[in-house]
Amino acid sequence: MNTLEIRDLQVRVADEEETGILKGANLVIRAGEIHALMGPNGSGKSTLSYALMGHPRYEVTGGDILLNGESILGLDPDERARRGLFLAMQYPIAISGVTLYSFLRAAVSARRGYKQTARDSGGGHRRSPLLPGREFRQEVRAEMAKLEMDRTFLRRYLNEGFSGGEKKRAEILQLALLKPEFAILDETDSGLDIDALRIVAAGVNRLQSELNMGLLIITHYQRILNYIHPDFVHIFYEGQIVKSDGAELAEKLEAEGYDWVREQFV
Amino acid sequence: MTTNHDDLRQLKDQSQYDFTTTYEYVHRSHKGIGADIVREISAIKDEPQWMLDFRLRALDIFFKKPLPTWGPDLSSLDFEEFYYYVRPTESKARSWDEVPDEIKDTFEKLGIPEAERKFLAGVETQLDSEAVYGSLKKEWENQGIIFVDMDTAVREYPELVRAHIGRVVPIADNKFSALNSAFWSGGSFVYVPPGVQVDIPLQAYFRINAQSLGQFERTIIIADEGSSVHYIEGCTAPQYSTAALHTGVIEIFVEKGAHARYSTIQNWSRNVYNLVTQRAVVAEDGRMEWVDANLGSGITMKYPAVILKGPRAHGEVLSIAFAGAGQHYDAGAKAIHLAPYTTSIINSKSISKDTGRSGYRGLVKVAKGANGVKSKVECDALLLDPGSRSDTYPYIDVHEDDVQIEHEASVSKISEEQLFYLMSRGLSREQAAVMIVNGFLEPFIKELPMEYAVELNRLVALQMEGSVG
Repeated sequence: MNTLEIRDLQVRVADEEETGILKGANLVIRAGEIHALMGPNGSGKSTLSYALMGHPRYEVTGGDILLNGESILGLDPDERARRGLFLAMQYPIAISGVTLYSFLRAAVSARRGYKQTARDSGGGHRRSPLLPGREFRQEVRAEMAKLEMDRTFLRRYLNEGFSGGEKKRAEILQLALLKPEFAILDETDSGLDIDALRIVAAGVNRLQSELNMGLLIITHYQRILNYIHPDFVHIFYEGQIVKSDGAELAEKLEAEGYDWVREQFV
Repeated sequence: MTTNHDDLRQLKDQSQYDFTTTYEYVHRSHKGIGADIVREISAIKDEPQWMLDFRLRALDIFFKKPLPTWGPDLSSLDFEEFYYYVRPTESKARSWDEVPDEIKDTFEKLGIPEAERKFLAGVETQLDSEAVYGSLKKEWENQGIIFVDMDTAVREYPELVRAHIGRVVPIADNKFSALNSAFWSGGSFVYVPPGVQVDIPLQAYFRINAQSLGQFERTIIIADEGSSVHYIEGCTAPQYSTAALHTGVIEIFVEKGAHARYSTIQNWSRNVYNLVTQRAVVAEDGRMEWVDANLGSGITMKYPAVILKGPRAHGEVLSIAFAGAGQHYDAGAKAIHLAPYTTSIINSKSISKDTGRSGYRGLVKVAKGANGVKSKVECDALLLDPGSRSDTYPYIDVHEDDVQIEHEASVSKISEEQLFYLMSRGLSREQAAVMIVNGFLEPFIKELPMEYAVELNRLVALQMEGSVG
């Protein structure tokens, strides 16, 4: 069975003070499981997500990350992505001049193993390093329809001028096309109005069951968990998981806030 | 236009428009500069006396003119070290085996068909596009369009050439325009009659003639009243050249209500000094666009200019430059507003990597009486590593109050956040960097015809190889 295992993970942030560091996080996510990671601001939730994806600013000083039993610590982010890890970011980055379509096609081609340097030696004809355009376009349009995204988005530059909600929808579109084994959704609910949240959550639920993905939902609020039901809820505090339980833990947090966590675990 | 073009419209039989000019002589001039070489060139081309006089006058001016005192360091440029005339067939006679492996390898990477590679490398060959070109030629003929190499133009249309040569770029404009005027060889002559719209871009590339992309090309384009034409010079593939000095002169006449666009993709080998003067004069309601990409050569100096002499004339200069190790671009644009309500847009994008230097040097000038002028200048530089450099030298010279001039400049780097975002989706570091660079260039690339855009994207990818991470 596929697993994503975080083992005593210690991380520090380059050029920064003590904030947002990990002090030995432990978590095992199996295929098909939905985990929610909740915690107050500054507890290190986003640090965990960046460290999992291999952001160069986050330096792992101890512990390990295992994807299907193999350490991925030595791998660059692109290699982790091609092996089936996905991070839906809290603040997706804009890239001017690159259309959403050309970006999606390049990314999905990479994930599905189209070689970027494939080239026919004879006759001067090049084999395309990309997925055939026509089929891919159909696939993208079908997914966009399910996410209620207008297809004119394909011609727009990646995340440039997108509203908060549009960015989050575009992240889920990428998730749908890249079909990862494990996905981390970092504050996906922030910036979404209730209609958008419903659509995004429905998309995540559908993909989760279609792909039997392992999911890690990082969130400050309980709201998204009304739509995506977690099997496990973890409270993250000061760079560690301090408490794990079932879905009812999220409700307790929503009702009582994080104060009791602070009192109990300081 | 004041010139009577009627005689020009009587086109001769097709054989005279064959662009593979053949000469009886096998000749190469001795090294260095001298009046004897100028006379030789003129004699070999069987030119009329006025052309020889033009050349000799230019040589005189060349000797008197100093080198530019600004811009890149040209102190290592020794004019006596070059050959100023090589008979075209001789330069084409090179065999494929003699073409350096580095160039062959680049062709391979670009995926350029075999026949095309040989042409680009200066190996004599017959292109498949000849068949296509034949039918185009007929169509152009029927519309009265003239598209020939300059040598042919001097022979067949002497009056028209004489009336235009040196009119927008005077011999004495600068040392290199004088040099070109003395030794010019090759280049294109284009005339589009009033009201004629040329649908397909005229491409120097179609002309199977090594001269067309020669050392001292001289090009004249005349878009007569209400006509439109797009001329494309150069090629995305590297132009292998043994000659290390290229000074072209391009003169464009955009008549009333006409529209001309001139696109260049310059990718000379790195041993080349590329010193080009290109200028257009635009009559009322006319529109001129320079679209200029620079990827090759060692030192480049070129500042495409639009002289807006008629009311409401419009000029645009869109340019990109990609400077790698050992390359220095001092490129830019000039917009000279001489009439009321003239408008100009200058958009320059440069990329520097591996200590490459790329600079923008531009001039916006508004003459007294040219009220209601609008001009917008935008310069964006992208630095790929800390050792690279970008400079901006904008000059503004305004002699009228009622004008609107904007200037924006930005310098940016590829951010770690952008790279991480793209890599987290499975793109390699290099793919991600290429994508960001292509995105930076996109506003330029989308102005190019599809096949050029595709090749330029590939070329950028090649330039980027091994440059990040």
